[in-house]
Amino acid sequence: MGNASSMLTQYDIEEVQEHCNNLFSQQEIVSLYQRFCQLDRNAKGFISADEFLSVPEFAMNPLSQRLLKMVEGLNFKDFVAFLSAFSAKASPPQKIELIFRVYDSDCNGKVAFNDMIQVLQDLSGSFMSDQQREEVLTQLLREAGYTKESTFLLSDFIKIFDHADPKMEVEVPVD
Amino acid sequence: MSTLRPSTSELDLDRPNIEDYLPSGSIPEPHGKLRLRDLLDISPTLTEAAGAIVDDSFTRCFKSIPPEPWNWNIYLFPLWCMGVLVRYLILFPLRVIVLTLGWLIFLSCYIPVHVLLKGNDKLRKKLERVLVELICSFFVASWTGVVKYHGPRPSIRPKQVFVANHTSMIDFIILEQMTAFAVIMQKHPGWVGLLQSTILESVGCIWFNRSEAKDREIVARKLREHVEGADNNPLLIFPEGTCVNNHYTVMFKKGAFELGATVCPVAIKYNKIFVDAFWNSRKQSFTMHLLQLMTSWAVVCDVWYLEPQNLRPGETPIEFAERVRDIISVRAGLKKVPWDGYLKYSRPSPKHRERKQQGFAESMLRRLEER
Repeated sequence: MGNASSMLTQYDIEEVQEHCNNLFSQQEIVSLYQRFCQLDRNAKGFISADEFLSVPEFAMNPLSQRLLKMVEGLNFKDFVAFLSAFSAKASPPQKIELIFRVYDSDCNGKVAFNDMIQVLQDLSGSFMSDQQREEVLTQLLREAGYTKESTFLLSDFIKIFDHADPKMEVEVPVD
Repeated sequence: MSTLRPSTSELDLDRPNIEDYLPSGSIPEPHGKLRLRDLLDISPTLTEAAGAIVDDSFTRCFKSIPPEPWNWNIYLFPLWCMGVLVRYLILFPLRVIVLTLGWLIFLSCYIPVHVLLKGNDKLRKKLERVLVELICSFFVASWTGVVKYHGPRPSIRPKQVFVANHTSMIDFIILEQMTAFAVIMQKHPGWVGLLQSTILESVGCIWFNRSEAKDREIVARKLREHVEGADNNPLLIFPEGTCVNNHYTVMFKKGAFELGATVCPVAIKYNKIFVDAFWNSRKQSFTMHLLQLMTSWAVVCDVWYLEPQNLRPGETPIEFAERVRDIISVRAGLKKVPWDGYLKYSRPSPKHRERKQQGFAESMLRRLEER
């Protein structure tokens, strides 16, 4: 065992840890590295979209296409940084920031009505009509004191979530 | 309800329904008044996706276990080196000789039998059966197969199907050396394909191409005909449809379980002490796999012929398949996972995603009405 992990030196691990704000333990990083190498089948140094989709549980996810844009082609450091929002140690704002980034598909730091509709569309597919989606969203926006034209910054998202802790925890298997 | 009758459509060899296997409602259902926050909170879906990225039960089934070298100290290292020399320079050439000899004997008997005994079908069939068992024994000898068979040997009877878990093509060789099974297998390229279409066809083996829908229909028909025949060789099916690393079992295709025949489970467990018998067809060709086995000390494995099972009244073929999978998994000490092995070759169908979307949409709309 451990061919892959032995390639990570203490320095490498510390560097990765720093990059993800120490949200993962050293052992977790070793595990994640093994997983990274397993998914990166021909050792390119990144995981392609196709390789991510070869995991059926991921391919079945309604948000997989959207997430792919965020994770495909990441090197190991950024891969870990992406996953760090799912660490048990991540703070609510860190988690909300990731959620915000999923909505903000053009990465301009702002989320508009349209962005929200698109995510809603991914999540509900053909089981809600366009009209239903717009109605639901408009109504909820209005109740929360916003309008269709409002744009949201990360700080607005944090306010909307009202410091509630989104349940986003993934355990990294450590052997 | 007579579930014994094969389904009206063609025998569905590889369109199983993951929903029937997956536990439902993996995301806990929230209740109460729907607020903007609830709509925007996509964390359950994100968590599922990240969980799959970090670890998933599917890829685990096809992971080769890396060998554990025992040359880690200065006393063991010379011993290990000697072992390497013995394995590659003595055992391997000897095994090549054994295998060549086997082939020579086999071919020099098989060709005359096949050509000269055209008139006497019964005798020819019997001799061919013996010869195929013989060549398989030579194969097993060529990797010093130490195989323990438990339970009563299979007998030739109509209306019975043997199903086994699948780790490598050598499963087939190991079972074949005891009984000339007729096997259902994926068509292979190269020399294996040549063997399939010549010699193995004579014991009644049926080949198909995973990706060809038309092949599936033909196989289904042939299967049914074969099971009915009284003196046909017993049928052997690997219902997983793909090689798994012998730590897990993936879903059984229901094809073998809706023939209306008695299903005899066979459990195969390899001991990985000398070599990992899992054939990772993505990583190596079958020839390389055989070479790997032939340069190892031995292939150690246990084969259990288990209690024959019949479809219970009111049981669907899928439930039946799962019950048999249970029996095999328990005996061989394998973990069950709810995956279709064919996902190695294709993406999951969109209906799995649609099911999640439906759940989400329904929950949203219901909570909207609740207020």
